[in-house]
Amino acid sequence: MLCLNPYDPNAHSPPMSTHAKTRIVGSSVHRKEGVDKLLGRARYVDDIEREGMWYGATVRSTIPRGLIRSIEFGRDIDWSEFTVVTAADIPGANHIQLIFSDQPCLADGAVNHCDEAVVLLAHPDKNRLRAAAAAVKIEYDALPPVFSIEESERQDVIVWGADNVLKSFLLQKGDVDSAWADAAHIVEGEYRTGAQEHLYIENNGVIAEYSAEGGVTVWGSLQCPYYVHKSLLAVFDLPEDKVRVIQTETGGAFGGKEDYPSTLASHAALLAMKSGHAVKMVYDRMEDLAATTKRHPSRVRHRTALDAQGKLMAMDIEVATDGGAYSTLSSTVLSRATLHSPGPYVCPHVRIRSRAWATNTVPYGAFRGFGAPQAVFAIERHMDEIAAAIGMDPIELRRRNFLHDGDTTATEQVMREPVILDQLLDRALAESGYHAKRARFATENGASTVKRGMGIAAFYHGSGFTGSGERYLNSLAGIDVTAEGRVRVLVSSTEFGQGTNTVLTQIAAEAIGIDYDDVTMAPPDTGIVPNSGPTVASRTSMVVGRLIERASRQLVAVLQEHAGLVASFTRDEFFAACERYRKTKGDVTSLCRYEAPPNVFWDDQKYRGEAYPAYAWSIQVAQVAVDTVTYSAEVEEFWSVQEVGRVLNPVLAGGQIEGGVAQGIGYALYEKVVLENGHMINNQMTNYIMPTAEDVPPIHVYFEEIPFSHGGYGAKGIGELPHDGPAPAILNAIRDATGVSFTAIPLLPEDIFAGVAMRTAAEQVAAV
Amino acid sequence: MSAAWPTIELVVNGETREVHVSPMKRLLDVLREDLHLTGTKEGCGEGECGSCSVRLNGELVNSCLVPVLQAQGARIQTIEGLACDGELHPLQEAFLHCGGAQCGICTPGMLMAATQLLAINPHPTMAEIREGLAGNLCRCTGFKRIFDSVLSAAAQSKEPSAHEAHAR
Repeated sequence: MLCLNPYDPNAHSPPMSTHAKTRIVGSSVHRKEGVDKLLGRARYVDDIEREGMWYGATVRSTIPRGLIRSIEFGRDIDWSEFTVVTAADIPGANHIQLIFSDQPCLADGAVNHCDEAVVLLAHPDKNRLRAAAAAVKIEYDALPPVFSIEESERQDVIVWGADNVLKSFLLQKGDVDSAWADAAHIVEGEYRTGAQEHLYIENNGVIAEYSAEGGVTVWGSLQCPYYVHKSLLAVFDLPEDKVRVIQTETGGAFGGKEDYPSTLASHAALLAMKSGHAVKMVYDRMEDLAATTKRHPSRVRHRTALDAQGKLMAMDIEVATDGGAYSTLSSTVLSRATLHSPGPYVCPHVRIRSRAWATNTVPYGAFRGFGAPQAVFAIERHMDEIAAAIGMDPIELRRRNFLHDGDTTATEQVMREPVILDQLLDRALAESGYHAKRARFATENGASTVKRGMGIAAFYHGSGFTGSGERYLNSLAGIDVTAEGRVRVLVSSTEFGQGTNTVLTQIAAEAIGIDYDDVTMAPPDTGIVPNSGPTVASRTSMVVGRLIERASRQLVAVLQEHAGLVASFTRDEFFAACERYRKTKGDVTSLCRYEAPPNVFWDDQKYRGEAYPAYAWSIQVAQVAVDTVTYSAEVEEFWSVQEVGRVLNPVLAGGQIEGGVAQGIGYALYEKVVLENGHMINNQMTNYIMPTAEDVPPIHVYFEEIPFSHGGYGAKGIGELPHDGPAPAILNAIRDATGVSFTAIPLLPEDIFAGVAMRTAAEQVAAV
Repeated sequence: MSAAWPTIELVVNGETREVHVSPMKRLLDVLREDLHLTGTKEGCGEGECGSCSVRLNGELVNSCLVPVLQAQGARIQTIEGLACDGELHPLQEAFLHCGGAQCGICTPGMLMAATQLLAINPHPTMAEIREGLAGNLCRCTGFKRIFDSVLSAAAQSKEPSAHEAHAR
């Protein structure tokens, strides 16, 4: 018997105000699966064995683009021991079902990026696979590749569709071209972001089984069981009830297990079908880094008109992303980048032209923020460039242009919920001591080789799917009560560290009026749980949480009407009523389907209307020190103030913000994906560097709470928000410290050296 | 083939175990595959991430870098040996309470590193905690709540407890 401390809702909690009396929601109950994780008994996919299990490996392309001339199997290997799968073995469609169907499950005749899967191998001894994979020789007729946004947009070489454009958007508000003539200031800028690797500590992995009667069953480390389910249906041409996907404990994801597991699950299942054995495929770190998705690199150009008072008159924005070789999720990432590119500001005339370009690299995919960090980096760096250009304080410039209640965004969405950017800004400035520190650093920096500076970023993150996305998803979720007297939450929304299990069971316990320990999660198994949508887009607490809240209330109402449950009841009376209901009516299950908030309008063609059902808001402040001897930049302290609706669990919410900030610091200053011929050459933790315990600064987290009436107990999205702001805040602080404007990330010491040296040279020329 | 391998004896979590495996087999794989102690995780296979951290004769090691031959006769503590008689170790309690674990994959290694740190230095400063955990990567938490967890556990301890001493 484990003896655990009872939870203390006030311990380790950021200060918060309560808006409604709740017992469980809003308190820091312990993580639902926490004890299993702490004892080392949580079962991740590589911890699971199936009887007679074999192991799989992948033979990958070694050139970025070309036609496959031949595949030869070396004579030193006894191939009769192996199962070999190629595209010819696929019983259904050879594509990975996402938004479009252009990405093959296995390359068939042509390859479009390095590390594309061509041949699959399985063997009972995993130690035999490496040599066998190396003995498969693929000959190609090479075709010219494209490696950058610029090469792709030149369109000299077409590598995708008719024009290399994976997706484009045009968003227009007012008439941008009418504004330039009357502008007091016009400021232009170009900003670039690099790829970023998720670096979840558990690599991608699955186990698959196949039988003629049962179809395909997959266990895996994944975010979206029904995405994998849908993809397997197409690859195997099977009916829905012959494919079952079960999420195993998942060791981090961050978007990196949103789309990729559909490919890996298909591969393992093909090997399972052909070999007649369960097949485990767990990538090692080098394969995971080389072959799986990363954050889209971007280039964003701003041309901005302002009046003499520093009010925005017009914003002309061009967003370009590198999507890699196939379309995967690039269209929706581009959509979110587009919708976040104007920042949290009011502007009468806005034009955003955005394009995702195909290149011959591994397809870029979902990563926490999903296009927003790229867009926010550009606008928030640009705001500081504007401030410098027009001689205004960067805080004042932002304050003069902030969105407020009743204002309209670039999509002409009216801000009907409260917007408290001024309040968040005041708090961030006060908590960080921003003004006093800036003044102090300005006087101290002159005599010191270490230059310090303060930087800020202001931003929103749209919660849930974009536009009509939530309506298309049409999520179904609910609860049931088992014969053993346990309430189970029925969702396909998965836990991968962010706290799904905890907050959804908190919500159910609260809404029913029972204890947190009375509620558990049903297994994340498509054979058991309904499709509550993918676990992405900061939608779980807000959208799925709301469904669980409604389903719980609905169950209580049904029990009151049909099972004699009294108006005010104890937990024993609740479970007794469930038993009465079970005996007379059958299963005790309550499901609810998504209902859009009223008066929501979205035009997919014109990209106009309610872009998101709700927005989370944040102000972040970075204090940075730049050593002008080593040219290293260090974040010394970081403040993050945000409004994410109701905070359901303060410890978990704080953990989301801190983790997102740390990842954002890595994005800004450490993490560089180095490609050679479209292949990642620093595909090891030794040389792809993330922030360690010694690099992450003290991070101060503050919540202001405004419950959102359509979110689970007032919650909005939280998970992605904190990753959006650190990079621009840090580079703004470096500008404050050094006077040098850096416009691209990652910003490594050699880049700082180049920037500072170039400015010094320019000053010397000017002095002459 | 395996019958030809020599016997290697290990004392794992206080229990003497024998394995017959290639002497070059990684300690990580011996723990996971031969002894079925899957709490120890592989994150990178090259000693960078620390997910496979275990304590070997009172030292913190990356078990992915240790050929099992080197562990012949050694006392090894893994995550499975941290809780005692069904009671969470104070560090586990603190991680649970402070939010020191999110996805949980780095957690076993992180707890081993934290155990090692407190065994050597029962009341570390923040700088010492940062240094002590610098070989263990966590991508979820930003480390802050892990530091809080270690501070909180340290604040409760007087001297190294009996089962910490035993693991040394």
